[in-house]
Amino acid sequence: MNLAEKIKQKYSSMVLEATAIAGGDPTIVAKKETIKNLMTALRDDVDFQFNVLMDLFGVDYLFWEEKEKRFEVVYNIYSISKKHRLFVKVPVKETDAALDSVTDVWPAANWFEREVWDMFGIRFNGHPNLKRILMYEEFKGHPLRKDYPYNKRQPLIGPMH
Amino acid sequence: MGAVAEGGVNLEKFGFMTTKLNDAIGWARKFSIFQYPFVTACCGMEYMATACAHYDVDRFGAGFPRFSPRQADVLFVVGTISQKMAPVLKKIYDQMCEPKWVVAFGVCTCTGGFYDNYATVMGIDHIIPVDVYIPGCPPRPENVLDGLMKLQDKIQNQKQEV
Repeated sequence: MNLAEKIKQKYSSMVLEATAIAGGDPTIVAKKETIKNLMTALRDDVDFQFNVLMDLFGVDYLFWEEKEKRFEVVYNIYSISKKHRLFVKVPVKETDAALDSVTDVWPAANWFEREVWDMFGIRFNGHPNLKRILMYEEFKGHPLRKDYPYNKRQPLIGPMH
Repeated sequence: MGAVAEGGVNLEKFGFMTTKLNDAIGWARKFSIFQYPFVTACCGMEYMATACAHYDVDRFGAGFPRFSPRQADVLFVVGTISQKMAPVLKKIYDQMCEPKWVVAFGVCTCTGGFYDNYATVMGIDHIIPVDVYIPGCPPRPENVLDGLMKLQDKIQNQKQEV
């Protein structure tokens, strides 16, 4: 039994599915409502000890008909002591694009969550400083959403002429 | 500058040289370019290669980078300018004293290059006037020197505001 299946068995109330991504790393799909509890458990569980948040990012599946919910937030977590890695995917609906922040679990999540807010417009409840990190404050919209026109321009200071 | 004045008298014999004030100032200005390198991206490596001993911009009197815009004559914009960086570049340009010139170094500063997206200024001429465009990704040092010589020509031949 691989890591993803073990986790699904142990935390069956918070995990929807155990799969693998293309690279072969174990992956679980988790429920949005309990994500913070699940992450705290994975960090503190002696069997798993996921003590590093390596990456956190958003995905927009706007044109994917097989996807029920538009967004996914993906956590890439790693255990230095156990030397194993796990991807946690959380489907997020467009109409309710908000989930609990994991900054209390791993402080490294702070800037990653700000980036996901900036680029995809997904809010993180309980984040200490949820403002744009890459774009400027006056920027309207979220540029990595698939319905943001790639050639739309929002100059911060007007053209010279 | 002409050594032979009207009437066919060779003035050099008498230790004279005649010129126009405009030309003399242009000549002085084009060989004392104090540059302000506004380096944001990978073109900076090519800028350094040009500035160092192999290509040696000091031969053109441009070997002295000033890191204060108030002491600089030429603004070298080297590398991609994002929308977030644009107000900073504008402010730097506004802080420079007249006479001043701007060189767009690399294709990103000329046109935005392949960054056709939400974040990038599509050519710095949207925000400040540009005198010489040096395209290339990045431009070769020879290309940069060619651009620098074109800038020198421009300085020499323009009307000199004093």
